[in-house]
Amino acid sequence: MPSENQEFKREMLAALPSLRAFAMSLIGRHDRADDLVQDTIMKAWAKQDHFEMGTNMKAWLFTILRNELYSQMRKRGREVQDSDGHLTETLAHHPEQYGSLDLQDFRRALDQLPPDQREAIILVGASGFSYEEAATICGCALGTIKSRVNRARQRLQEILQVKGENDYGPDETSAPITSRAFVS
Amino acid sequence: MRYTSGVGRTIGQSPSGDDPNVQIAVKLKALYQSVQEEAIPARFLDLLEKLEAAERQSIPHGKE
Repeated sequence: MPSENQEFKREMLAALPSLRAFAMSLIGRHDRADDLVQDTIMKAWAKQDHFEMGTNMKAWLFTILRNELYSQMRKRGREVQDSDGHLTETLAHHPEQYGSLDLQDFRRALDQLPPDQREAIILVGASGFSYEEAATICGCALGTIKSRVNRARQRLQEILQVKGENDYGPDETSAPITSRAFVS
Repeated sequence: MRYTSGVGRTIGQSPSGDDPNVQIAVKLKALYQSVQEEAIPARFLDLLEKLEAAERQSIPHGKE
């Protein structure tokens, strides 16, 4: 039955761009994010019998990726310090990865969030998952996800306001997507 | 809570009047989409090819 196999691969390919965006948003560095995506693809491939075709491939892959990330972080104990914003230092060497200064500031602010808040706001605010789906992916209660997203927003506001309130200028990238901003 | 702003709203003309949550949502999406819009790197396409090839070889012929 080669068709089911091909279907699995096709769905996986379709989900890859957003899986990479998720990894990149969580980690902040292309090389490490893509290594994590590679590990995720291999894990998912090995577990493909556990996946029911027709269910949410994207959510399934995201779950594998975040579990893989946390298990890797636990293994390399010291890198858990990334959660305190130490990652920001390494990020400084890769500023060219983000188009505008504005987004670089935002990237640094995002990296200062605790990992659980960061992943919550990414899943709900950028990946397009509902709160329910995000809760399933993170293996926690709905209320937990909601409070993490709220705390993430508050913290980002604080960090970005300290940077300078007048930085919120008009720009071409924001105008078209503002109308699809958070609905909570 | 619902944060929406009409397309016609002039973002940034009065920073104090703009909802910072909207700004955060916009930047988060911009950051995410900048990666999502990139082409899938060849390493992943190669990897999937290899995984598929390895599987084809390991499956006994009778099963196909």
